Amino acid sequence: MSEPSKKLRVATASLAGCFGCHMSLLDIDERLTELLEHVELDASPLTDQKHVGTCDIGLIEGGLCNADNVHVLRAFRRHCKILVAVGACAVNGGLPAQRNHLDIRDCLQSVYLTGLGVERGFIPNDPELPLPLAQVHPLHDVVKIDYFLPGCPPSADAIWQFLSDLIAGRTPQLGHGLIRYD
Amino acid sequence: MHSADPDLAAAVAAILTHHRHDATRLVQILREVMQQRGYLPPATLTQIASALHLSRAHVEGVAGFYAFFSCHSQGRFRVLFSDNITDQMCGSHELQRRMLDAFRIELGEVSRDGLVSVGRTSCTGLCDQGPALLVNGRAIARLTPARIGALSALIRGGQPVTEWPENLFTIDSHIRRRDRLLSTPLLPGEGIRAAISRGRDATLAEIKRSDLRGRGGAGFATATKWDACQKAPGPTRFVVCNADEGEPGTFKDRELLTHHAQQVIEGMSVAAFVIGAQRGLIYLRGEYPFLIEPLEAVLAARRAQGLLGRAVAGAPDFDFDIELHVGAGAYVCGEESALLESLEGKRGIPRNRPPYPVTHGYQGKPTVVNNVETLLAAAHIAKQGGAWFRSVGTSKSAGTKILSISGDVAHPGTYEFPFGVSMRHILEEAGARDVQAVQVGGPSGVLLASHELERKLAFEDVPSAGAFMVFDRSRDILSVVDNFTRFFAHESCGFCTPCRVGTTLNQQIMGRVVSGHGSRRDVKDLIRVSRLLKTASHCGLGTTASNPITDALAKFRPSFDRRLASMDVLPAFDLDEALAPAREVTARDDAAAHFSEPETTS
Repeated sequence: MSEPSKKLRVATASLAGCFGCHMSLLDIDERLTELLEHVELDASPLTDQKHVGTCDIGLIEGGLCNADNVHVLRAFRRHCKILVAVGACAVNGGLPAQRNHLDIRDCLQSVYLTGLGVERGFIPNDPELPLPLAQVHPLHDVVKIDYFLPGCPPSADAIWQFLSDLIAGRTPQLGHGLIRYD
Repeated sequence: MHSADPDLAAAVAAILTHHRHDATRLVQILREVMQQRGYLPPATLTQIASALHLSRAHVEGVAGFYAFFSCHSQGRFRVLFSDNITDQMCGSHELQRRMLDAFRIELGEVSRDGLVSVGRTSCTGLCDQGPALLVNGRAIARLTPARIGALSALIRGGQPVTEWPENLFTIDSHIRRRDRLLSTPLLPGEGIRAAISRGRDATLAEIKRSDLRGRGGAGFATATKWDACQKAPGPTRFVVCNADEGEPGTFKDRELLTHHAQQVIEGMSVAAFVIGAQRGLIYLRGEYPFLIEPLEAVLAARRAQGLLGRAVAGAPDFDFDIELHVGAGAYVCGEESALLESLEGKRGIPRNRPPYPVTHGYQGKPTVVNNVETLLAAAHIAKQGGAWFRSVGTSKSAGTKILSISGDVAHPGTYEFPFGVSMRHILEEAGARDVQAVQVGGPSGVLLASHELERKLAFEDVPSAGAFMVFDRSRDILSVVDNFTRFFAHESCGFCTPCRVGTTLNQQIMGRVVSGHGSRRDVKDLIRVSRLLKTASHCGLGTTASNPITDALAKFRPSFDRRLASMDVLPAFDLDEALAPAREVTARDDAAAHFSEPETTS
């Protein structure tokens, strides 16, 4: 075991998302330097570290559309004290869940077999490839989620407010203007 | 845009003419097109919009709002099974299966030849003679496997529903206990003549003396409502009879309008006389089309007797007539301001209140909206006087209450009891045994456990809008709550976010718990969502939608805990099963194509 660090360890992942929430995190701009005074990054697309270690906070963007998403989510749950669903897809399934109206078999068949311009098509079946789930699910359908940070994406200010609260040991509160309703 | 079907266009034009191109009759117009055509084709919506000078979006919005309207082609025979818990308890789901299998379709599907579609609808108000269904809008009760067989044969035969044997459609009557209102005779005209001879103010004073409170659920003092409407400025006023009874388990208004329609209309006339209204409207729920003709006949007879129309009952300055409006399957329209919206031909979305309908009601004019039973009581009070009514009941609940009793009782039906009677007494009269729970007032009311049966029927103790559903010890309370939760999710009008989202969240979580996938977190979430619904919703639908959950958690908590798969967090769905379709099309069965053992996290 490494020596306990004063900084909080934070891991991030993008599952069935578009990286928009990660972009929004980067959008906190110069506050990034302040953030890095308080946290160090573990597994994250930003570090390119693939396997999550013991962390204080896990931030997950995107919902669950395939088996791999579920494995990553469960690994995060096992390793993170606090797990946060970041953005509409993680919270509700979001845009990828639009496919929930359709049968996944029909989707695969029309993309790989019967679609316009497909010749000699076949449905990829390499064991390396994660199988898609019948439906896209939000994260809390599979593991306990401690906090939900809504938005598509949550604004940089909302993410900053949220992380500042967590780092300071307060229950995150998104005040007026940081959450938008329909 | 031209309709592809000139016959249809002509038929729609005739319907429009029949309704005088009156945009407030849009719901009625769409109902008739549905009846003739089975659905609302896009070209028809365009035609109606331009004929009524409405936007196409408005017409489509209304068409999309009501459960009985469909913008997609349905089967030539559209079968909707009533899905109240009492129907389910009589085996409605097994009967549905039987019919679906007969036509080789699934719920919500149209058969390939376009002949038939089978779906579900909320309670159709036939709980005393369920299971029930609607076929092309016509109600059929007392379903049995044999009846389902006969219906399937008729559908296959293809004859229009109007030509089916009449005995299929008989609705039984079970008025089992009569008290003041149902046993006192009142001849046509007696109530209104008494009111006219007594005079406006004196009649209002009798209503006040009677302490009559609204029977639709809220229990607002009728005299106060009438008085406020009478005093509201402006020359035009309306009386509306709320006959939408959509609360699952309620069917007393059906009986009242079947056997006491004269007296209900008498009550409307008395109200009109007191407040100075010229027009009345009856909003009849869409599930009761079998009442349309009889009601029109009563109205026509009263016109012939001089009890409606010009100079009612010989009073020279009292002109009053009544029009019938029929709903189209939206529970929320029982809320008075949503009902007014619907009467005006719009989506039934509750208005902001205040202003209340007594000052800004139908078409913005002062309007009294009263329940069927309230109006019936008012008619009797006009003749018998307030003291007659006041002499029974409790100090805060005068008179009697008419209940619709269904579920696990020997004698389901309509009962009139004086207020103050105990639950135990009601259950004994209805022949209930081994009672586990009673849902009083319907899903939005209160769920009583067996230790609460000494409580009294009264506004100050257990109020009821009429429903009284009994569950014996063989019943699973969670299924009951699950049914009610689905009902609210289906009936939420979608206007406000807490209700639209909250009722659906409740439905999803309850579904998880009932199917054995629930965990302790789910119970916590139910409590959280329920609190939010109660405090943040726009109207009564949302504020009461979580009552079954809250009551069941308070009184039947072990039923929940026993059902929870884990005190930890479990996946809300079967993960391995979720990969099955993809396994099928990829023909994979390797280890990575499966989830191994279920994993829990806390």
